[in-house]
Amino acid sequence: MSDLTEELYRRVYLIRKAEEAIIERYTGDEMKTPVHLSIGQEAVSAGVCYALTPEDQIVGSYRSHGIYLSRTLETDRFFAELYGRVTGIAKGKAGSMHLASKEHGYLGSSAVVGTYIPVGVGAALANRIRGRANWVAVFLGDGAIDEGVFYESLNIACLKRLKVIFVCEDNGLAIHSHAKDRHAYDAITDIARQYPCEVFSSESTVAEEIHALVSRARAQAEESHRPIFLHLKCYRYLEHVGISPDFKFGYRSESEFERWKAVDPVLMQRKLLACKKPEPEIARLERSIDAQIAKSIDLAERSPFPTAEEIHRDVFA
Amino acid sequence: MSGSATAVRRELPYKSAIAEALAISMRRDPSVIVYGLDVPDHKRIFGSTTGLIEEFGPERVFGTPLSEDALTGIALGAALNGLRPVLVHIRVDFMLLGMNQIANMISTYRYITGGNFSAPLVIRAVIGRGWGQASQHSKSMQSIFAHFPGLKVIMPTTPHDMKGMLISAIRDDDPVICLEHRWLYEAVDEVPEGDYTVPIGEPSVIRPGKDLTIVATSWMTVEALMAASILKETGVSVEVIDARTIAPLNMEPIFESARRTRHVIVADTDWVYCGFSAELAAQISQACWGNLRKPVCRIGFEHVPCPTTRPLENLYYPNAETLVRTVEKQLGLSAATNLSGREFYSWSHRFKGPF
Ligand SMILES: Cc1ncc(C[n+]2csc(CCOP(=O)(O)OP(=O)(O)O)c2C)c(N)n1
Ligand SMILES: [Mg+2]
Repeated sequence: MSDLTEELYRRVYLIRKAEEAIIERYTGDEMKTPVHLSIGQEAVSAGVCYALTPEDQIVGSYRSHGIYLSRTLETDRFFAELYGRVTGIAKGKAGSMHLASKEHGYLGSSAVVGTYIPVGVGAALANRIRGRANWVAVFLGDGAIDEGVFYESLNIACLKRLKVIFVCEDNGLAIHSHAKDRHAYDAITDIARQYPCEVFSSESTVAEEIHALVSRARAQAEESHRPIFLHLKCYRYLEHVGISPDFKFGYRSESEFERWKAVDPVLMQRKLLACKKPEPEIARLERSIDAQIAKSIDLAERSPFPTAEEIHRDVFA
Repeated sequence: MSGSATAVRRELPYKSAIAEALAISMRRDPSVIVYGLDVPDHKRIFGSTTGLIEEFGPERVFGTPLSEDALTGIALGAALNGLRPVLVHIRVDFMLLGMNQIANMISTYRYITGGNFSAPLVIRAVIGRGWGQASQHSKSMQSIFAHFPGLKVIMPTTPHDMKGMLISAIRDDDPVICLEHRWLYEAVDEVPEGDYTVPIGEPSVIRPGKDLTIVATSWMTVEALMAASILKETGVSVEVIDARTIAPLNMEPIFESARRTRHVIVADTDWVYCGFSAELAAQISQACWGNLRKPVCRIGFEHVPCPTTRPLENLYYPNAETLVRTVEKQLGLSAATNLSGREFYSWSHRFKGPF
């Protein structure tokens, strides 16, 4: 059995480095797809995804690099997709915003906010009817909570006691708009608690703590036969879409960033691993991930674009 | 066309023409409000709401939660009670969340109340393409909105028309949907100072010609103009008509042109199947049947969801080259115009990601 601390570090490190690799190459204009990076938020996707079983399923938003990478640990098809190559996840048709991986139970991601929420509930309904015991994790932002469909979906999941884990990845922002300017209430958890679901909340940036929280929530919900609502605070380091810091625009303060940076998810998980593993072993792990990313990018850059016929494929069965 | 245009030629980008139309309307009429996600943030809907919150304050200019369905119904309620709301969507794709209010409530309100109520509201939405926006950030949907009786739908192309038609839309006592192509936002052209209106419902002959008529919408008007100037070099005279309005549209000027040139291509910024181009083709065929030398030809997006990767995206969108080749075919020209060395995606350099 692989070591939990190491596996979680592998994931936060992979997400961070893969996204940093995107940043390094993005201005080269080869990855023609809008990217919503999750740098700063890695503990959530890594912690939650690793707490899921292989049978569990996931839906997410356009900010889903972390989900894809945590779940698949795969980078060849990932980078090929960002480069628009035929060897990509969706042959270049998806780009960054519509990641999915059928064989990993990752049912998809959508760039229209909130659209993915009822889809996760529907997947859970199918699981119930087909007699499956797996859970469906629905990743949603604090902005998606504003949409009516969130309330409708949460209500139906609770009404039917479906095995849905609502993972509210709360970075406090919807593009540039702060939660206080969008929410008439103080706490998202107060809203969730109005419904019969198991509500858990955390401000941790430590993947291992989030992992433990999910495991606890699951155990409790398996007993109570209720959906789970996880409220996970986190911080987006960069602009909403794109590769740059955006503190200069003044809508949020750099000092807030400094506070989060001090408990950076990659740093925190590395510290935990350092208590268990000697430094050279950690460095070796990091180097192997770096090499994997470099190899995948090289491969993507040398891969062909889809040919013209591809445009008409996949419209219908 | 223009009311009080001044003598000095002044140029503005499309985005600023929008902001100016909003500011003029808000100054003139305190019942005008402007709201929607991101309206007051530092990017100001690609510069189209610049200056508004500073001048009119957060009561009349505000950002909102992500709640498009409610925001659309709120526009109707506010309009019934004396305001003239302008609701803004940074992508038309998000407007679909408000479709229930648009199709079931807003479009029918005057009619089902026997004319006792009106819904003077404007919904602005950015449409358009580019840089891997993919299938959820690239729709146009003019024909979908125009399908509902009771909605006015406009797609101004030039900065001049944008300003004048938006002012008209805000003063209109009926709901108006204004679709603004992202690629036009940086287009700079003459825009008169001050208050003027351009009527809703009138197409504009943007370039006169003799041999063939291209009726275009939004960005395709730009491509049509480019095609027309290329074809001029080979002695082909193309008339370009910018539809400007999708519904309700006075077809007469289009019929007149069709009867004169006897050849029509409709170039819509949309898919063709069941689209506005089908409506135009049907109407032109019916009205000008005996005058046409060939059936009306239609050009639009490939009938697939918009792909992300650039090579497929390039195939998905028609451009001036597509139009030149279609004109040649339509007119039965033997020699193909030499297009080597022409830059056809010259506008895309302004849209190097992410938005
Ligand atoms: C229905 C809809 N409205 C608006 C948008 C534009 N938009 C894209 S992302 C976003 C913010 C969403 O915030 P949140 O759900 O908190 O996710 P985050 O980006 O913080 O991960 C908005 C408003 C959209 N994509 N879909
Ligand atoms: Mg957020």
